[in-house]
Amino acid sequence: MNESKVKMSSKNLDFYYDTFKALHDISLDIYQNQVTALIGPSGCGKSTFLRCFNRMNDLITTSRVDGSVFLDNENIYSPKVDVVLLRRRIGMVFQKPNPFPKSIFENVAYGMRVNGIKNKSVISSRVEASLKNSALWDEVKDRLHESALGLSGGQQQRLCIARALAVDPEVLLMDEPASALDPIATQKIEELINQLKESFTIIIVTHNMQQAARVSDVTAFFYMGKLIEINETETLFTRPALQQTEDYITGRFG
Amino acid sequence: MNTLLATNSEWINLKSKEQNKGKKEELKMDKLNFPNNQFKKIVNIIVFNIFRSAAIINALALFIVVYFILSNGLSAITWSFLTQPPTDSMTKGGILPCIIGTLCLSLGAIAIAFPVGVASAIYLSEYAKPGKILRIIRLGINNLAGVPSVVFGLFGLAFFVVWLKLGVSILAGSLTLAAMSLPVIIGSTEEALRAVPETYREASLGLGATKWQTIYKVVLPSALPGILTGSILGISRAAGETAPIMFTAAVFYTPYLPTSPFDEIMALPYHIYVLATAGTDIEATRHLQYGTAIVLIVLVFGINLAAIIYRSKLRKKMT
Repeated sequence: MNESKVKMSSKNLDFYYDTFKALHDISLDIYQNQVTALIGPSGCGKSTFLRCFNRMNDLITTSRVDGSVFLDNENIYSPKVDVVLLRRRIGMVFQKPNPFPKSIFENVAYGMRVNGIKNKSVISSRVEASLKNSALWDEVKDRLHESALGLSGGQQQRLCIARALAVDPEVLLMDEPASALDPIATQKIEELINQLKESFTIIIVTHNMQQAARVSDVTAFFYMGKLIEINETETLFTRPALQQTEDYITGRFG
Repeated sequence: MNTLLATNSEWINLKSKEQNKGKKEELKMDKLNFPNNQFKKIVNIIVFNIFRSAAIINALALFIVVYFILSNGLSAITWSFLTQPPTDSMTKGGILPCIIGTLCLSLGAIAIAFPVGVASAIYLSEYAKPGKILRIIRLGINNLAGVPSVVFGLFGLAFFVVWLKLGVSILAGSLTLAAMSLPVIIGSTEEALRAVPETYREASLGLGATKWQTIYKVVLPSALPGILTGSILGISRAAGETAPIMFTAAVFYTPYLPTSPFDEIMALPYHIYVLATAGTDIEATRHLQYGTAIVLIVLVFGINLAAIIYRSKLRKKMT
């Protein structure tokens, strides 16, 4: 269906929270420099699935993964993989904006500092570039050393995006990035995603189907931990292959 | 895409109209007869006044204690009282060695208990895996908090003074006081760490930081005000304790000021005890006893105030 290169993929992925099986045998491909949207009703496993891609679920001690997730044909769940390095290559933006209680500058510089970059001018120029790339520079360039907590919700979320971009990731995982924001801020984030996909591969979880339709190239529909259908966005929304998909996107349930 | 969304909204309008038709019949209920409301309003006022009285009694108690001590001891507070050692078999003179001794013990206790307590709390709250060993450690810490202070004193005597051969010294006293303060420091540090939102840790790890980097760069700075408050409160209580230092650091009288951690010292709480029970002229030195009490309270209050000021400065930096 897609001629682009496959950047990440999952093969037969099962996921357990303790004894509860949250994901059943998920296999799908994520294409380079495209936006893949994961949609589905609450509790269908889309956030869980997203968090498997940078191994954030490892933080939950009772969780278990069966199957594999590949980044450039390497299984990220193999025991030899350096998780810390993996998380630098795959960035994450969370549902509720979570800037650190530090200055705006230090927030964006954080990722570089923990990964060993010490050169002041390198840090400084990358902070500026990241803030420009997340359409926040003009609004904060005169108050870089003020607390990040003084920004509005939409600005904070763009700051979190800038923070993720600053460490030069290859893939960006976004977990309902605009759900806590007002419509205008949401629109800004969506415009940003459209620009970012030129340089990054993006996977976005959203419960807002119109957003998925506006922003993504490929959409995957999840239900109760299973992948029901995945297709190019235009096709999925206009000619869905399965009745269940059509029921969901026309609002008959969920 | 547009046609599908238009159909979508039409369909939703239709659906809601159908739902509303049935609603008018479903909501019919019998009218309720509410009883008189006066009684519950009176109860509300009475309870509020009871609680307010309790708070006033609390403040009154503090005021009475302070007034009593001040009225009995203020006459003793002079510059020489604060800067001179006791004279004439401790019936006259000052309490300088006691002030120095208590300061040394407090600083020593902080220097030992703070790093050990905070490190333990970080381990328990951030690293330890739930299980039998963790539960045993927690049980131990909680029980430590319930040990009477005089028992700590005996423990300090047997272990630090005798067995480790430290002798009656600042070091032995500080170690004993530190042991006493550990549960409080560990408890308040753990609480402060738990209060740091999990989202900060997730964001940090998501950027490729290690667990220690996350703790050191994000969690600890965020928890510091809470850690400091709890620790200072714990130490300032230990500073005023008599029983733990009676056997381990404090002596009835010494003409020398301390020059090393192995020296024995005089201390404010012990001095009050000594003057009031075993002194050479108990009645005549009453005002000295109360004066010493004033100095001790001011010292403890001063430490607390310094901690509160530092904590509010930290808080301002973060918001």
